[in-house]
Amino acid sequence: MYAKGLRPLSIATVVALAAALAMVFFYAPNDADQGFIQKIFYIHVPMAIVALGGFVAAAIMAIKHLRTGDRSWDLRSYVAIHMSIIFGLAVLITGSIWARASWGHWWVWDEPVLVSFLIVFLLYCVYYPLRFSIEDPDRQARYSSVFAIAAGAFVPLNFAAVRLAEAYTHPRVLSQTGGDLPGDMRLTFFVSILAIALLYVTMWKLELTSKRASAQLGRLRRRLEDGIEPPPAQPAGDPTAVGARSASAEPAS
Amino acid sequence: MIRTAVTILRKDLAIELRTKESVPAMALFSVTVFVLFHFGLDRDTLDGELASGVLWVTLLLATVIAVSRLFAAEREQGGIEGLLLAPIDRTSLFLAKAAALFLYLLLLELVAVPAFGLLLLGPGLGGALPELVLILLLADVGLAAVGALVAALAAETRARELVVPLLLLPLLVPLLIAGASATEPLLRVAQEAEDLGRWLVLLSLYDLVFVLLSVAVFDFLLED
Repeated sequence: MYAKGLRPLSIATVVALAAALAMVFFYAPNDADQGFIQKIFYIHVPMAIVALGGFVAAAIMAIKHLRTGDRSWDLRSYVAIHMSIIFGLAVLITGSIWARASWGHWWVWDEPVLVSFLIVFLLYCVYYPLRFSIEDPDRQARYSSVFAIAAGAFVPLNFAAVRLAEAYTHPRVLSQTGGDLPGDMRLTFFVSILAIALLYVTMWKLELTSKRASAQLGRLRRRLEDGIEPPPAQPAGDPTAVGARSASAEPAS
Repeated sequence: MIRTAVTILRKDLAIELRTKESVPAMALFSVTVFVLFHFGLDRDTLDGELASGVLWVTLLLATVIAVSRLFAAEREQGGIEGLLLAPIDRTSLFLAKAAALFLYLLLLELVAVPAFGLLLLGPGLGGALPELVLILLLADVGLAAVGALVAALAAETRARELVVPLLLLPLLVPLLIAGASATEPLLRVAQEAEDLGRWLVLLSLYDLVFVLLSVAVFDFLLED
């Protein structure tokens, strides 16, 4: 009942990912001055866009939670941030590999997109200690939502500030997205974005499903335990209950 | 709303005047960090980028102290229940806390900036003072808004000492970029007129976003 729609979504993701990878390796031409390594662009950039989109979506879900008071929106927001952090880690790793291959360094401080992404990533990592050091579930949901909103507003501000700080920028392929990117490269890029976005949504849905199922399991288990304990009819190995029953049985006999 | 805010602010200032907890600690901390930078960088005088970076990083680190102490009195003495039970708008609580933090930061800068000029700065502060005051005032507004928000977010968590610096410092990166870049030309040996416009715009934008955001979400913190 929780996994509704998960199967078609997974199938669509597998098809799109396979198509995207096939296009990356067999359809899109090698970049003229970067060669084969430029193909990491079709994974790295869509992942970065999807991860940032996930952070923004989490902020919108958090707003929804605060407005309606429905805690399921907080769960959605939490899972979205969780997935975006996983994607963000992949973005930092692939970005680092790309930087090493095309600029010769693992880390390039004057690349504003990379630096902004690191700051955003560091900020969102604090979501976990914040969320899990609050015990009261209502308060946990509310505080996490406030964090998600504040951090969501911080993302564009931070990108603007870091870009201003770098007088000279060399975004290379990045500035060309959709611009003067050749037709077959652009098509491959859009298919990749679609595939990665579908992957994100599938993973988000899967995690959400598992979280809900385990919460439901916990509820059922508690109900089962509560259901057995209170009625004194069949006390299984409970000495006080046995004593109580024999005490109540004595006057009758 | 303003009147309740002023009342809470006066209470906070009275506590600070009697306990002298936050401001002297911040000032002492900033001077200590200057000494650390002197040895860490092995330089007697600084100018330009290095000077403005050291000054700003020190100010931000000192802010962490004030932010983690911002709700300390309420928490330790149990006054927070009284404050939350009182039929007042949460916005006035935010305004009071942010104003208290703003005043602490002003006092800190009154000590830290001259101390920096005396201990580490090569070129001397004289000529750059009006611009520097403007930049610091704009930055303090942002610091106060973000600081009050983070203090309230962290107030109810178990890992408070951990959450405050981890949450506050990344949030302050845009402010650091704008502040340090705007201050840098003022602290050069050969001062030259530089256009501060875009950094002041960025600082104002940061202030605006975080003041509005904090006012909007503060209602959801410190409930019940």
